[in-house]
Amino acid sequence: MSTRDSLEFDVLVIGAGPSGLSAAIRLKQLANEAGQELSVCVIEKGSEVGAHLLSGAVFEPHALDELIPDWKDKGAPLTTPAREDHFVFLTETKAHKFPVTPPQMNNHGNFIISLGNLARWMAAQAEELGVEIYPGFAAAEVLYDEQGAVKGVATGDMGIGKDGAKTANYTPGMELHAKQTIFAEGCRGSLTKTLFETFNLRDGVDPQTYGLGIKELWEIDPAKSQPGLIVHTIGWPMDAKTYGGSWLYHMDGNLVSVGFVVGLDYANPHLSPFEEFQRYKTHPAIRPTFEGGRRIAYGARALSEGGFQSIPKLTFPGGLIVGDAAGFLNVPKIKGNHTAMKSGMVAAEAVYEHLTGGSNGREVVEYPERLKASWVWSELHAVRNIRPGFQKGLWAGLANAAFETATRGKAPWTLHHHADHTTLKKAAEAPPIVYPKPDGVVSFDRLSSVYLSNTNHEENQPAHLTLKDAETPIRVNLALYDAPETRYCPAGVYEIVRAEDGTAPRLQINAQNCVHCKTCDIKDPTQNINWVVPEGGGGPNYPGGM
Amino acid sequence: MKVLVPVKRVVDYNVKVRVKADGSGVETANVKFSMNPFDEIAVEEAVRLKEAGKASEVVAVSIGPATAQETLRTALAIGADRAILVQTDAEVQPLGVAKALKALIEKEAPQIVLLGKQAIDGDCNQTGQMLAALLGWPQGTFASKVVPGDGVLTVTREIDGGLETVELTLPAVVTTDLRLNEPRYASLPNIMKAKKKPLETVTAESLGVDLSPRLTTLKVAEPPKRKAGIKVSDVGALVDKLRNDARVI
Ligand SMILES: Cc1cc2nc3c(=O)[nH]c(=O)nc-3n(C[C@H](O)[C@H](O)[C@H](O)COP(=O)(O)OP(=O)(O)OC[C@H]3O[C@@H](n4cnc5c(N)ncnc54)[C@H](O)[C@@H]3O)c2cc1C
Ligand code: SF4
Repeated sequence: MSTRDSLEFDVLVIGAGPSGLSAAIRLKQLANEAGQELSVCVIEKGSEVGAHLLSGAVFEPHALDELIPDWKDKGAPLTTPAREDHFVFLTETKAHKFPVTPPQMNNHGNFIISLGNLARWMAAQAEELGVEIYPGFAAAEVLYDEQGAVKGVATGDMGIGKDGAKTANYTPGMELHAKQTIFAEGCRGSLTKTLFETFNLRDGVDPQTYGLGIKELWEIDPAKSQPGLIVHTIGWPMDAKTYGGSWLYHMDGNLVSVGFVVGLDYANPHLSPFEEFQRYKTHPAIRPTFEGGRRIAYGARALSEGGFQSIPKLTFPGGLIVGDAAGFLNVPKIKGNHTAMKSGMVAAEAVYEHLTGGSNGREVVEYPERLKASWVWSELHAVRNIRPGFQKGLWAGLANAAFETATRGKAPWTLHHHADHTTLKKAAEAPPIVYPKPDGVVSFDRLSSVYLSNTNHEENQPAHLTLKDAETPIRVNLALYDAPETRYCPAGVYEIVRAEDGTAPRLQINAQNCVHCKTCDIKDPTQNINWVVPEGGGGPNYPGGM
Repeated sequence: MKVLVPVKRVVDYNVKVRVKADGSGVETANVKFSMNPFDEIAVEEAVRLKEAGKASEVVAVSIGPATAQETLRTALAIGADRAILVQTDAEVQPLGVAKALKALIEKEAPQIVLLGKQAIDGDCNQTGQMLAALLGWPQGTFASKVVPGDGVLTVTREIDGGLETVELTLPAVVTTDLRLNEPRYASLPNIMKAKKKPLETVTAESLGVDLSPRLTTLKVAEPPKRKAGIKVSDVGALVDKLRNDARVI
């Protein structure tokens, strides 16, 4: 059946984000130091490294210090030191600065970075060490050997038409085989999701929960630029029952990273994270920053908010999971880059030891052991109860957060999570929300926003947003929840279209707009939407600075 | 028969270019670059000529910064046999490029030079024509079809309102238009093989060519934003607006 060619590597890494690149770098460092041959290959679905990366990002340099101690001399793009932290509570017209910033929000010693820029730099460091990196190739399928162990992945076929038939440009996918495959797909990895099922990796742990982050990059009036300033807000425009808040980071070059995170456990199907974000920018305390500036880029990405309770089993025969694919994000800090990097490094050390130590077991059991002994584990354990405390609303959450912080997570209990797709109320039981029209100055509509993500998918290919059942969008989603996908999708992929007389509604999927945030895969109430990789290279092309 | 394919590294076609705040040019720091799409078509056509047994060797050439090596590797992954980079950090302009190509062509002696009709960054649409003039070779510009014959090349050109077919005596210069072909996907094994194909780097000085820019950019500005439209109630109001506000009638 299979006519695909195959290539062999020692270690294969899926995804060139901070976790995957750190793993690849650490592997080659160890091999090169020992004078060992070790082939390490990284594949990345984005058209280039960084094209699909979206983060805030205030960066804790901890893991980078360990991985590449002389990063400064090597020109790492950490150029804006964090200078000042503001933590602000918004009401519709007022902004109240909290007198003290919560300790998780204290950023002394950190940097405001573009994750895309950091990853591009890390990729160059990795290639110098001999890592092979292939952007533009998406891992579409996990491959198993006869014993059921993972033996690698297959990249997707290229040149399949909308109708599923081969076009003149058909190029079959490749099989990539490796002794160990490191899955570094980031939040809600599409192959990681299948591994969870195949190997029952989530048995006995809480469901993963998520947030959706929508981000814009602005070039602002130089007179207003304050590089190093970090502003987080909570409160308006979210109601007190919904977890969400904004970030606003001033970078060098008059750039500002601004965005909004909404917890995907929100209950009101009328809520539109995109419009909440647009509305937030019109607040009298926020708006002036953007007046006289211009918006350069737009994008969105989900992040894991489950924390410690939701960490799955990390290894299985033939492979393991690192980074936000496993959910190593520190939620109160909204930081996952340093933990993603560290998990990649620890995994690399374990894999290296496993492969060179003559162990013939197929499962790198050393990895979770080493990770539990590392700072990643203690850091995530200490904050485990903060996010679930917000299930009861903002005020209960803040009180709980203060308690958990004061006791440094030593409470003898652990609060638990519900899966995000189960939290929506019926549309008829939830208050409608009326959003203001965009003003075209600081707030915008969805399509002009998506345009600035530079997203592109070869048009003639099957939609990569697949439906398990074609009827459900109308029978369930529209009938009961008023088609929430048309609101939570930050890229306008989902649209309900009707005949001229308003009857015969159907769901139209504008797959070429997708920015790979993965929200639909998470939030769809019956889990009917399954996100799979499109042709390699498709998706957003986030510019430098994102 | 050797085919020479000049390729340029440009800001990727998916990127919405942004004019720098000081109007000195467009932002290129940390922006995605890739091969000029018309050049990709040229490489594809050259490789097809080789696969059809009409060409013996395909040589890709780029004039630009060290990073243009990536662009040449893309050409090698599509199927070019070897590559030459004329390395320069100067801003390259059509005349300088045409002169550098001429010097290389004198060394390499190709029968066909196949290049994009224009690069999508400057949209100059000059290099192919200037090169043909400097070499004194025939040219077939905006090609949508290229058929090699005995010592000749039949080129179908896209012109205003139709197609024109010309026959060129070799050696000749051909510039590609969009409809010539649809470039293939470079496969992973071919990208890997491309890393091992020969890529030679030379300097403009070694070719005896002066690449310094002849044109000075005064100012780069974004096109004016389209103003929002208004709705008028009837024809009378429309005529009034056209006459008194827009002053077009
Ligand atoms: C809105 C937002 C704000 C954030 N702010 C901060 C912050 O301020 N500070 C901080 O430290 N952290 C922050 N984070 C968290 C941080 O960005 C993540 O924890 C981090 O990016 C995780 O790294 P990763 O390598 O695990 O995954 P990712 O960064 O998601 O990288 C995964 C890579 O794998 C690729 N990939 C995925 N699937 C495939 C496949 N099947 N085939 C090939 N390639 C694939 C993707 O294209 C991507 O390039 C934020 C996250 C978000 C979403
Ligand atoms: S289709 Fe899904 S993954 Fe794509 S942008 Fe919309 S919500 Fe995100």
